[in-house]
Amino acid sequence: MKPGHGEVLLAEGDPRVREDEERLIEEFRRQLDEGMWAAVPTTEPGSGRREALLVKGYREIPVGADRVIFFPRAAGG
Amino acid sequence: MLLELLVLALLAAALTAPIAARAIAVRRRRLGQARARARRRAERRELRDPGRERRAEQRARELLRSCVNDEEWSMYRDLGFIRVHGRLAADGPGGLAPQRRRRRDPRFDRPDAGGNRPDAGPARSDEAPPPYAYLIYPHKPIVAYVPATGRLLSEYCVDFPDLAGAISDTRLPDSDDVLAKWMALTGDERRLIADANMHLPGRQVDPGRVRRDLWRLAEWDRLRRGSTANR
Repeated sequence: MKPGHGEVLLAEGDPRVREDEERLIEEFRRQLDEGMWAAVPTTEPGSGRREALLVKGYREIPVGADRVIFFPRAAGG
Repeated sequence: MLLELLVLALLAAALTAPIAARAIAVRRRRLGQARARARRRAERRELRDPGRERRAEQRARELLRSCVNDEEWSMYRDLGFIRVHGRLAADGPGGLAPQRRRRRDPRFDRPDAGGNRPDAGPARSDEAPPPYAYLIYPHKPIVAYVPATGRLLSEYCVDFPDLAGAISDTRLPDSDDVLAKWMALTGDERRLIADANMHLPGRQVDPGRVRRDLWRLAEWDRLRRGSTANR
């Protein structure tokens, strides 16, 4: 999410493909270095309840996640 | 002969050097001016594009819809805000940081009409009403309240500033702001509340408006339950 623009696609690829994964990791790190938060929308298997999982490292992204959303980190308004 | 030619060449070079330097400087200045003009044109085009914000909001709504629960999406579409149940049952939203506890509303410690303390209740079962919940508005503070009584607890002022373009006053589209708050609340409620500035109810959001919204929400819930039961 980019202020003034909304949703912007940063990178896409198949994490099972080595080149793609390297690119995804590089973009992930760049976003976090820029101070963004990363969240993965998840669905609880039992209840089907949706929520978000905040991740701080690429390895924390659940296997099979189809997207990671980066948004500016929260600050006291 | 060769020496004369060399001297002539050196003289010619010395004479033309200032002219060449001036020509290069002029060229650079013109290039810089052209780039600045192009940049200003692009900025004007962005400012003049009335559809840009609308398109961004439309994309943001789709993204929000794809992330939140169906009930929450319907709530946002119909009412303009989302309710998220608090899950820090042992602490409550005001019990997150000891230093914040001192600043919070003293009424917060009182049991509500049902005798429940919102910040001291046991972890709730699925049937029990949540001890507290939040209302997420776009570009407004998050409002914490007690669903059982409708009592307003506090406002959490939180912003998602553009760190890259800190001097620009651009902000997230409304639905992205709601989604960012939703993700931060459901992903790490404790962290978001700790980062937010806590105030008593009424500082930025009119309590009358929140009470009206809670009434609208109750009606919305009732109608939704009715329509679900009829199916």
